[in-house]
Amino acid sequence: MTEDRFLLTIIGQLLAAAPVTLLILLVSAVLATLLAGVLTACAASGSRVLRLLSAGWTFLFRGTPLILQIFMVYYGLAMLPWIRQGPLWFAFRNPIFCSCLAMTCCCSAYIGEVFRGAMKAVPIGGIEAGRACGMSRFQLLRRVIMPALTRIALPSYSNEVIMMVKSTSLASTVTVMDITGVAQGIISKTYRTLEVFLCAAALYLLLNAVLTAAFGLWARRLHIARRTSAR
Amino acid sequence: MTDLSLLGFGADGWGRLLLAGCALTIELSLSSMAIGTVLGGLLAWARLRGPLPVRAFAAGYGIVLRGVPELLVILLLYFGLPSLIVAVWAAMGWSAPGLPPAFLIGSIAIGLVSAAYQAEVFRGGVAAIAVGQLEAARASGMTGLLSFRRILIPQVVRVTLPALGNIWQFNLKDSALVSVIGLAELMRISLVGAGSTRLPFLFFAAAIVLYLAMTTVSDAVFRALDRALDRGRAEVQR
Repeated sequence: MTEDRFLLTIIGQLLAAAPVTLLILLVSAVLATLLAGVLTACAASGSRVLRLLSAGWTFLFRGTPLILQIFMVYYGLAMLPWIRQGPLWFAFRNPIFCSCLAMTCCCSAYIGEVFRGAMKAVPIGGIEAGRACGMSRFQLLRRVIMPALTRIALPSYSNEVIMMVKSTSLASTVTVMDITGVAQGIISKTYRTLEVFLCAAALYLLLNAVLTAAFGLWARRLHIARRTSAR
Repeated sequence: MTDLSLLGFGADGWGRLLLAGCALTIELSLSSMAIGTVLGGLLAWARLRGPLPVRAFAAGYGIVLRGVPELLVILLLYFGLPSLIVAVWAAMGWSAPGLPPAFLIGSIAIGLVSAAYQAEVFRGGVAAIAVGQLEAARASGMTGLLSFRRILIPQVVRVTLPALGNIWQFNLKDSALVSVIGLAELMRISLVGAGSTRLPFLFFAAAIVLYLAMTTVSDAVFRALDRALDRGRAEVQR
């Protein structure tokens, strides 16, 4: 096989694995963002129990390596009888589900911190004005807090999503055949370590570039760039 | 019910091994942090003061090393570097070396990634220092090295400390990835323990507790350092 053909086949095989990486990324990014919203709401709530719960969640998932969390969900939880004999065993047996679950929990803690920081930066005057106009809590959230929060949090949020792209590669450690998993598979057959890993790295960079561009477009639409350049 | 004495320090307890794993995790994080600081400092300098090609290289380095999964960097260095070395060695007519030591490769891999992040932090730190200060240093006759040591470093360290604390936490957690190349740090020990006792939940829970302890302690250390460095400044500002 000629050199060019070999590289093309590698890239083809890696591209075929890209949907798995994208699936894990998409599912866990969406769920982590929702969960982060819940965590932020808990952190801002009047209930002490909810605040403690949110702080404890963040402490646990930011203080331990994601790879350990993935192993815990995939291998550790399988040891518990109520998981093994429970109705959700079919899900916990699936490494993709377990990776998504661990990543959702882990990244929700990081994104929650981003939201919490942004929440503090939401101008209080706007909230007071909205309240003075007689907005309900929900209206206030939708019309005043959310738009401001989105603008403030977007740059850090996009960073977190880029970090998530990198984290998806950890799914390969629990037998998921994502880009990294397939790359390792090809290497164990061909021993062409450098070429294969470099192709995989290039794919991740491409994915990051696309995401960065998309977030950049979004930021432009929100006029974040204009606001910062005005300084 | 699971037997907690498995985690103890008795004859069949894993306590000693787990603690040894913690020690190796910390050593690995320290050495990769050090590599990252030296290389990150050079990269920051290259981006701020270097000629155009050097600047472009440093910027590209940041984009690549911050965009590629750490796991891939570790695997690439561990399995890719030897094949490169073997090729070079063979070309030189030397006998092929074996696999490189996992600790060295692990700390270089994490260090290379850490350097990319630290470079960004240092760049921001230098930018936070007023240009006038460096000009004043030069005007009062300080050489580049002296103003670097007396003016730049003390302030950059103070400004960047919180961000460096964050990077340290990432280093600590990234060190768990080095378990994939067989280094017996905490993650690896807990995997081995989980495998040989068939009690993964117990061992991963123990590892979670130990990692939390390490991140909590290092967080406290960085906070204390931050307070110590900020002491004089707080007085001046008031």
